[in-house]
Amino acid sequence: MIVATQPVQRPANARLLVVDQNRRIDHMLRTSFVEYLQAGDLVIANDAATLPASLQGVHNASGDSIEVRLAGRSSLRPEDMNYFSAVVFGAGDFHTRTEDRLAPPHIAVGDQIILGPLRATIEKLLGHTRLVLLRFEGTADHVWAGLAHHGRPIQYAHIAAPLELWNVWTRIAGPPVAFEPPSAGFALDWHALSQMRDRGIEFETITHAAGISSTGDEELDRLLPLDEPYRIPEVTALAIQRTKEQGRHIIAVGTTVVRALEHSASGDGKVRAGDGIATQRIGPSSRLRVVDAILSGTHERGTSHYELLRAFLDDATLERANKELDESKYLTHEFGDSVLIERPC
Amino acid sequence: MTDYSAVSEAANDLAGARIAITGGTSGLGLALVRECLARGARVAFVARTAERVQQVAMENAGAHGIVGDVSSKEEIYPIAMQITGELGGLDVLINNASDLGPVPLQMLSDTDCEDLERAFNTNVIGPFRLTKALMGALAASAREARGAVVLNISSDAAVNPYPGWGAYGSSKAALHQLTRIWGEEHASENVYFLSLDPGDMDTPLHAAAIPDADLSTLKQPADSARELVDAIAATLTTSNKSFAPANTVSRFEGAIR
Repeated sequence: MIVATQPVQRPANARLLVVDQNRRIDHMLRTSFVEYLQAGDLVIANDAATLPASLQGVHNASGDSIEVRLAGRSSLRPEDMNYFSAVVFGAGDFHTRTEDRLAPPHIAVGDQIILGPLRATIEKLLGHTRLVLLRFEGTADHVWAGLAHHGRPIQYAHIAAPLELWNVWTRIAGPPVAFEPPSAGFALDWHALSQMRDRGIEFETITHAAGISSTGDEELDRLLPLDEPYRIPEVTALAIQRTKEQGRHIIAVGTTVVRALEHSASGDGKVRAGDGIATQRIGPSSRLRVVDAILSGTHERGTSHYELLRAFLDDATLERANKELDESKYLTHEFGDSVLIERPC
Repeated sequence: MTDYSAVSEAANDLAGARIAITGGTSGLGLALVRECLARGARVAFVARTAERVQQVAMENAGAHGIVGDVSSKEEIYPIAMQITGELGGLDVLINNASDLGPVPLQMLSDTDCEDLERAFNTNVIGPFRLTKALMGALAASAREARGAVVLNISSDAAVNPYPGWGAYGSSKAALHQLTRIWGEEHASENVYFLSLDPGDMDTPLHAAAIPDADLSTLKQPADSARELVDAIAATLTTSNKSFAPANTVSRFEGAIR
């Protein structure tokens, strides 16, 4: 596959590789994705907007410049804005690949960090010298304003121009709780939602605080995904129940939706409305109890996203799909092409 | 105009509704902040001057003050993020911040292009950008049966060709039509769009336009705010039932000058 380097959410020629429930592979334009769905199907997307989670600042004890990438939070409540888990980088910015970034200065519990208008203290190290628990000073509104004015969306070395929030917010973006964009949702726009309605396809959302996707550090990346809080609205839980009862399909837009719904259903198989924290990893041995199909980006082997796809499909079929993605030069990463994978019947 | 007055009988009829108001530190905007708070809503307001925002937030306990200029492209997403972040979502957006154009008022042919641009940036492009950035949050509220309403503050100058009101009137006309089309496009999602004329009020904007106006003929902003919030409350309560008011409710009072 080829890395997508232009931050365009819906290029007119974006492609979609479909693996249907009979393991047949098909190629189509992504804009015709809706035609693939059946009346009565339920599409569920993550409506989290993306925080400007990258903050440049200074580590007081050493006087060194650092970059802090907020990576997690234990709740979605608007007033819980003091504590974040975060990954610390040394001086520099996204023009350098994360793998090649300078190490941060030695960081100890109690150290102060100045991030523009925000002050924070290192409360804890979270099992790695670069993964920390930060405590911001001030009220929740002070932290929201500080992030809004000083933060930038997490950037990618493979995209030359700096990303702005409007590049990474999906059309359906609501509460700003994601640390990196739930980018499978880039495929959706208001026109697609109106097409779905016309065709009798239901659409609902969840809110899931999608975490950081890669840190450039193998040891750290093995800890991903971090725990992610989510919220499932009552109306979504009811729609899932109804769809299941009618034997129709549930299509998740993105890996975060799969993670939230399957976490919620991990007890008795029923998705419950309300707040939760997804702690599980999904892989080849996971049993999916809710989601029948996933619309997702194209993912490379070895990533946690790819592992999740293995819960949908056997390795042989996934390998066939990979071969076609490579041969047909599909684009990958946040602004790349997409796959639609149905669980075999 | 539809009579919404019965709704105001209930004092707490907006309990828990999450409402954002632009231009919230003076005139009608400030009156809307107070009216919404008094009726139980959770309110975030936006204005350009940090000191004024701080002062209004202090005087109105519970209101979230956001510093920002809706006429600036770069400030829209920071504003939108603080609104949905601090309120945890959004049910009602009131695009109230307005720019009069040239002060004192000028004939169109004497209006500087920059004054016209500023009026359109504040009265049309800003509300367009902010509404678009917040549409996901509003549509989510509609799906969750909380109701979702966008109120764009209009004016009789949007339909009547008052000499001297060219920049303001033409920009408000554009906003009115934007509202109507948006209303059509999102009707099936139950996101409702209102374009309402509050009438001629005793506000700083009116004083800038007509410095020697007879104040006794002008409405108090608090009275207009009550009527507008009545309309919002009525739309919120009906927007998830089969009955719905016209998507665009307009009231254009007669000429005042």
